[in-house]
Amino acid sequence: MLLPALTAIAAILLAGCGSDGSDAADTLAGSTTTTSAGDSSTQAFTCDASGEITVSAAASLTQSFTTIGDAFQAACADSEVTFTFDSSGKLSAQILSGAPVDVFASADEANVEKVEDEQTGVPEVFARNQLAIVTKPGNPEGIESLADLAEVDGVVALCAEDAPCGTFAAEALAGANATVDESSVTRGENAKATLAAVSEGDAIAGIVYVTDAAGAGDAVDTVQIPDAENVIATYPAVTIGGTGDADLAAAFVSYLLSDEAQAVLAQAGFLPPA
Amino acid sequence: MTAHHRRPPLLVVAVASLGLALFALPLIGLLQRAAWSSLADDLTSPAAKEALRLSLTTSLSATVLALVLGLPIAWLLARTDLPGRAVVRALVLLPMVLPPVVGGVALLSAFSRRSPLGGWLYDAFGIQLTFSTAGVVLAETFVALPFFVITVEAALRQADPRFEQVAAGLGAKPATVFRRVTLPTIAPAVAAGAVLAWARALGEFGATITFAGNIAGRTRTLPLAVYLALETDTETAIALSLVLLGVSFVVLVALRDRWFGRP
Repeated sequence: MLLPALTAIAAILLAGCGSDGSDAADTLAGSTTTTSAGDSSTQAFTCDASGEITVSAAASLTQSFTTIGDAFQAACADSEVTFTFDSSGKLSAQILSGAPVDVFASADEANVEKVEDEQTGVPEVFARNQLAIVTKPGNPEGIESLADLAEVDGVVALCAEDAPCGTFAAEALAGANATVDESSVTRGENAKATLAAVSEGDAIAGIVYVTDAAGAGDAVDTVQIPDAENVIATYPAVTIGGTGDADLAAAFVSYLLSDEAQAVLAQAGFLPPA
Repeated sequence: MTAHHRRPPLLVVAVASLGLALFALPLIGLLQRAAWSSLADDLTSPAAKEALRLSLTTSLSATVLALVLGLPIAWLLARTDLPGRAVVRALVLLPMVLPPVVGGVALLSAFSRRSPLGGWLYDAFGIQLTFSTAGVVLAETFVALPFFVITVEAALRQADPRFEQVAAGLGAKPATVFRRVTLPTIAPAVAAGAVLAWARALGEFGATITFAGNIAGRTRTLPLAVYLALETDTETAIALSLVLLGVSFVVLVALRDRWFGRP
């Protein structure tokens, strides 16, 4: 009778000793604490949340978020993250239709604003991106600029107009005074589909994000778009009122700003948030 | 022994009603979601007219192709002792079972410019099937042909061969026998098969978008237009969906005797 009681008391005491001292300072169950060590600040991520969340992320985040998701689930005990990758336009429409999403990571701020009423937190910009032209390996058509896309003979792949990469591509082309004939444009429903039209299909060129081009490796050749003609895409992430664990969702958004996540994003070719 | 009950058992009615609700509710939902006041405008916008025109031309072309290619195949399967007939039939019916997008990937592997055949077609003749209207017709024929073959083959099997034997015995050449005796006999099945193939071709999405891409006026058929307009122009998407719904309904009503009556 005494032994079980003593064991129980000991377990409670040990659990109390194991809790992080920084808990008192942070109201979030997962937190990225900044400790200034003189020059640069290091962001260490601690996770006390658990449960399940669903994250809707822009298609261009597919590879990076899969890696980040694995690391996040390792850092947070008993957690499970399910990802949906598609164009931010489709994802925001799904959220507005009531999709049970807990975190929304968009490729532009416009789509995050569309779901303003569903947000349960403040949007945090965690990365930025730029556009690039992708061509067949070897660049047989000799495309060197946006203007060349308007003159080339063949099918050009662009994102659909409701996807951020589509609106940005239109912006970039307009800025460069290049008009690609719509009858030779195949519209991909998201950045990955657009890339696939060039890497797997017969489209001779396309406009996707720098990160998509980098991720495709040898399947495509990349033609850089000069900064003056390029567009900066800002990627915010925000928590949404879904059916998953709210603390874990907030922790995920925090994690995106941590060193580890930022390193993964930088490696994929994303620009830092600021 | 009576085969009919005066009143069907309550349990059967209850469960059947649940099943019917599964069919009826989505359709009712679509009807009530539609913007009826602006329907005419939505359907006559340039994008909608383009998609409608393209869908009509490609599906009709695919039906003609299915007819031309399907009749000989149905004949071979029904009337000859072709070695490996079971394998040939399985091959012809494969697109019916294959997920359409997988069909699209298969077509891509065979006909894209990276493939041996597609590469040769482009280098020798400048023909590129991907991202072209011809590619749409190819994809639609691929999925619609099995429907035609299966319908006509069944009719050929059921047709009484004695009429053809008599005609041949009276001195008619095989071609004449086919034209004057066989075809008229299976004409209803050919018509039904053609209508079925047409409906399938009209609704084709996965293979089309994968193989032929999504190009306005060139490959953006009705289903692709609906998909693209879903978020930005939901009214048009729903209006176009109603068109497809209406067509499907008309097809089913037209074929009611085949499904519910004698073949």
